[in-house]
Amino acid sequence: MVALATQTISSMSNTDIEIVVDDPTAPEENSPAVASTRVVDIVVSLLLLALAVTLGWDNWRTGASWDSTGPQPGYFPFYLSVILGGASLYGLGAAFVSRREATETFVTRAQLRRVLAVFVPTLLFCLATQYLGLYVASFLLIAGFMRLVGKIALWKSVLTAFVFTAVMFVTFDIVFDVIMPKGPLEAALGR
Amino acid sequence: MEAFGLLLHGFAVLLTGKTLLLMMVGLVLGIFVGVLPGLGGPNGVAILLPLTFTMDPTSAIVMLSCIYWGALFGGAITSILFNIPGEAWSVATTFDGYPMAQQGRAAEALTAAFTSSFIGSLVAVLLITFLAPMISTFALKFGPPEFFAVYLLTFCSFVGLGREAKHKTVISMSLGLLLAGVGMDTVSGQLRMTFGSAELLRGINFLVAVIGLFGISEILLTMEERLALRGHAAGISLRVVLSVWKDLPKYWVTLLRSSVIGCWLGITPGGAIAASFMGYNLAKRFSKDQESFGKGRIEGVFAPETAAHASGTSALLPMLALGIPGSGTAAILLGGLMVWGLNPGPLLFVEHKDFVWGLIASMYLGNVVGLVLVLTTVPIFASILRVPFAAVAPMIVVSCAIGAYAIQNAMFDIWLMLGFGVVGYVFKKIGIPLAPFTLALVLGNRAEDAFRLSMIGSGGDMKVFWSNGLVGTITTLAILLLFWPVIDKALTSVTRMVRPAKA
Repeated sequence: MVALATQTISSMSNTDIEIVVDDPTAPEENSPAVASTRVVDIVVSLLLLALAVTLGWDNWRTGASWDSTGPQPGYFPFYLSVILGGASLYGLGAAFVSRREATETFVTRAQLRRVLAVFVPTLLFCLATQYLGLYVASFLLIAGFMRLVGKIALWKSVLTAFVFTAVMFVTFDIVFDVIMPKGPLEAALGR
Repeated sequence: MEAFGLLLHGFAVLLTGKTLLLMMVGLVLGIFVGVLPGLGGPNGVAILLPLTFTMDPTSAIVMLSCIYWGALFGGAITSILFNIPGEAWSVATTFDGYPMAQQGRAAEALTAAFTSSFIGSLVAVLLITFLAPMISTFALKFGPPEFFAVYLLTFCSFVGLGREAKHKTVISMSLGLLLAGVGMDTVSGQLRMTFGSAELLRGINFLVAVIGLFGISEILLTMEERLALRGHAAGISLRVVLSVWKDLPKYWVTLLRSSVIGCWLGITPGGAIAASFMGYNLAKRFSKDQESFGKGRIEGVFAPETAAHASGTSALLPMLALGIPGSGTAAILLGGLMVWGLNPGPLLFVEHKDFVWGLIASMYLGNVVGLVLVLTTVPIFASILRVPFAAVAPMIVVSCAIGAYAIQNAMFDIWLMLGFGVVGYVFKKIGIPLAPFTLALVLGNRAEDAFRLSMIGSGGDMKVFWSNGLVGTITTLAILLLFWPVIDKALTSVTRMVRPAKA
């Protein structure tokens, strides 16, 4: 997605190198809005309100009053849920009357497309980590993302992904002994 | 003078080949993180934290704090060369830094930025060296009510002094405090807010939330923007460095003013962003030649950079002395301290002398090494920007996932991180600040414990928070700060009513 100006580091000795990076798939300026900030603000306020009610109820059930030893476990969080609920209610009201937020764009269609172009692969990566292990998933994510989203040459994408994943494996699994989720491939290789 | 001796001891702890190497690695990673779009100080520290889990605490904190200094230095590079502030606190640096680069004075601007960063940090570290032990000695007398009052003060000052809509700060903070309470209750052993889920038993880990909120959401946000850039990367020659340094004494007022502003705003939770703007604006206001600001004036680089770094560094003072972080990054370092089994707060100075003075000594050393490193390697770091974002983005995602998983070895945490990524993206776009959330999440349990212990001590009487002069003053101050906007408005209207009557 970001094309590169081809310039070598060798020109560094001239103490001045020009760096130009283009972004041909940049979101267009005039793309239509998907949602206004007001709509999102209202939805978020409602969600927070629901969360506050749920958590408040749960804490009430746990016990939000006083007993002989002091405040019960639910006491502190119960009153926090009340504060959260109150603030979200206020936010709901404020969002309804705000004229500024009504005209403000939360995200345009072109922007949303780009955001999803990162979010969806990330989601798939998490899924793959669960079943294939982190290292295989990370190889797939980097190679796939560079090739499909970034339109970078296949060999560059695969090589970068392999080198990065290998470095991560050596750093974490071998040198620092930090264990990551592993899948069938690692099992087959006996790690 | 005791501080001085301990500091020397701290240097002795540091001056081993291994620590110096870790310092360099940390600085390079930090500058890298500061230069790259979509990453910043807090994210960098959070993502790289797992690397340090197997180290001893002193090496770990040295490396992490060096990542932090590196990120502070790195932010200036992109602001000056490309007019892209790598960090929010370097926005003010672009005002005069970029025009200077366009006039072909990039090397001068960069030298000015790095040097003033160094000076700002140095002033703040000096402050920490002499003030932190005093504050912590004082704080050793604190009981639970005093600690709760200090926590309350921190939270209230965020609400009262923050620039965001008040209800949004309250939402962010109460949500953080609530999520901190999920899982096993430390006092009674009872389960809270887990809804029968075994995964939630562990609670919501602070670092997992931070990696999602800052790392993942930042990538989503970056993708919305146009990622094109154009600029010149200049190497810095020794001649330029010396000529800038020779002129330095001329600007001592600006440097001093910005350092003071930065230190003050760093200790109170105002943050480096506010400090950099305030430093710039004051330098402009006090200048005889206000017109020339914004057109490439070297003072316009000195002022915000000094303030931002003084603030970023002094944010560590309340963290070390009281266990209360002054900024998002300090909050993450605090989270790290807990992972290594250190209890942040005044006892740290008594129980872990080696650690604390090693950290403080590393601030001095890290800044000197960092200054030399950035001055010599600017062109290399600037060319990092040529690496396509399509290659950088998935690598950041992978690093985030590794970081999130390594903390508790739980797959659930990777999903949690993704969830927090979406939450962070939406929150940032509708103006719910994330800093109070971070702070509340890391302090939540300790604030609650302090509250419950003081309540148990007093038999449920709220008057315990006004039981002596110290705790009463702090609590009252906290409540005053909470309602500061209202009080401020009332005061102005009162003075307005009084004045015409006099006239």
